[in-house]
Amino acid sequence: MLLKKKKGFIQELYLVEIIKGLMITMKNMLFAPKVTIQFPEERRNYSDRFRGMHYIKATNGVENCTACMLCPTVCPAECIHIEAGERPDKEKYPVKFEIDLLRCCFCGMCEEACPKDAIKLSNIYEMSTTYREVYDKQFLLEQRGNK
Amino acid sequence: METFDWIEVGAKAAFLVIVLLQVVPIMVWVERRGSALMQNRLGPNRCGPLGLLQSLADVVKFLWKEDPVPGHVEPFYYLLAPLVSVVPAFMTFAVIPFASSIQIGTHTVHFQVADLNVGLLYVFSIASLGVYGIIMAGWASNNKYTMLGSLRSSSQMISYELSMGLSVIGIIMTFSSLKLGDIAQQQGQFITQIGPIVLPEWLAIPRWGIFLQPLGFLIFLVSVFAETNRLPFDLPEGESELVAGYHLEYGAMKFALFMMAEYLNMTTASGLLATLYFGGWQLLPGMHTILGLVQSSLGLTGMAAEWARVLFEGTSFSIKTAFFMWFFVWVRWTLPRFRYDQLMDLGWKVMLPLSLANIFITAILTFYGWV
Repeated sequence: MLLKKKKGFIQELYLVEIIKGLMITMKNMLFAPKVTIQFPEERRNYSDRFRGMHYIKATNGVENCTACMLCPTVCPAECIHIEAGERPDKEKYPVKFEIDLLRCCFCGMCEEACPKDAIKLSNIYEMSTTYREVYDKQFLLEQRGNK
Repeated sequence: METFDWIEVGAKAAFLVIVLLQVVPIMVWVERRGSALMQNRLGPNRCGPLGLLQSLADVVKFLWKEDPVPGHVEPFYYLLAPLVSVVPAFMTFAVIPFASSIQIGTHTVHFQVADLNVGLLYVFSIASLGVYGIIMAGWASNNKYTMLGSLRSSSQMISYELSMGLSVIGIIMTFSSLKLGDIAQQQGQFITQIGPIVLPEWLAIPRWGIFLQPLGFLIFLVSVFAETNRLPFDLPEGESELVAGYHLEYGAMKFALFMMAEYLNMTTASGLLATLYFGGWQLLPGMHTILGLVQSSLGLTGMAAEWARVLFEGTSFSIKTAFFMWFFVWVRWTLPRFRYDQLMDLGWKVMLPLSLANIFITAILTFYGWV
């Protein structure tokens, strides 16, 4: 049930109430801390679990990935494309490793599925481009987000 | 008219137009920064010092934007409407005095473009012309939202113009003049008695409109907010209901002209409030002392002293006007918008009877010589 608050004559006039309201805005303007983050100079701190730009981890300059195809299998957006190949030492490796950034939904399931700790999501979130970006193996191996 | 008069009027008009054109971008900046600070944000602060050049950047953007005319509009009236709303906004300021007068040779120069003997009537007639621009824009745009916006605007303006005009009648009665110059001049005196009580000498209350007509001032203030279509009375624009109201179909510089008209109307309204109720160019309390100090310390005599006085009067008027312009912004970011029926209720059931009562009381007081 809607209960109507009883208002006195002074409140009914609204004049005092309006002045009170004006004082609140003035107080906010002069004293309240400002919440704006001035972007290029200041940045928002995200947690370490933030899922941003992808990269492939490498050991001794060789990528950890063994082209086991677990990540394209688990990927709900089907954005990972891998073509497997064979090294001279009979090791399986990805000839092609591409991530279609327009399809990726940054769910992080590839990271979870990877048994070799190869594909990872970094903290980088400034990824806008003016074209349809596809990350290739070369780009992912640069490990921009690997601290 | 002699050559001197022509030059005088031309110079004053040019000065006023230039100043008003500068006021608009500054007001836009004040509005944006002020609103941001009130909402605990920072607002535009990248273009120039404190973001002051933001408005300049906006103007450049507006000028270089594509300027399309939609296919479904009535082109002639569509293009005419922004002009019709801007020109009256400039015109109204012509009768507002921004300083007193000065003696140059045999001529007395009043710092007022036109000291009309029907000054206040001129203000009201020109101010009500502004609504034509809005109606034309709404009608010519051939769009239901703009139409509704302009309908609201016209009904709102008519309702509030009544109480606005009636509230000023109190001022006309107390100062017995329609000339804004005279009204500002008379506010330099002091109030000697309230009713039958004679005030002591040391209590120097200036004879400003607000002390003589407090109720009239309140009614005028509220009506002026409605007249300039500012929040809490900006129903013609009501984003949530009407998209953008009457200027929905306008883009680029044509839209900017509507914005300019709004801010110019605000400036005029502030100037009018200062002139009618806060002594116009009369020096603020304390400024007399500063003026005396400046004149004596710089050793100003004759014309130089006179010009210093005029400068101080101009500053005083600017401070008062600036305060009211800030007040417009302040109120806008404090109060929410009225509902349409509440707006009409306030206009017809509260403001109109109150302004009539104000006239009645003022008439009685004037009859017994108490004000």
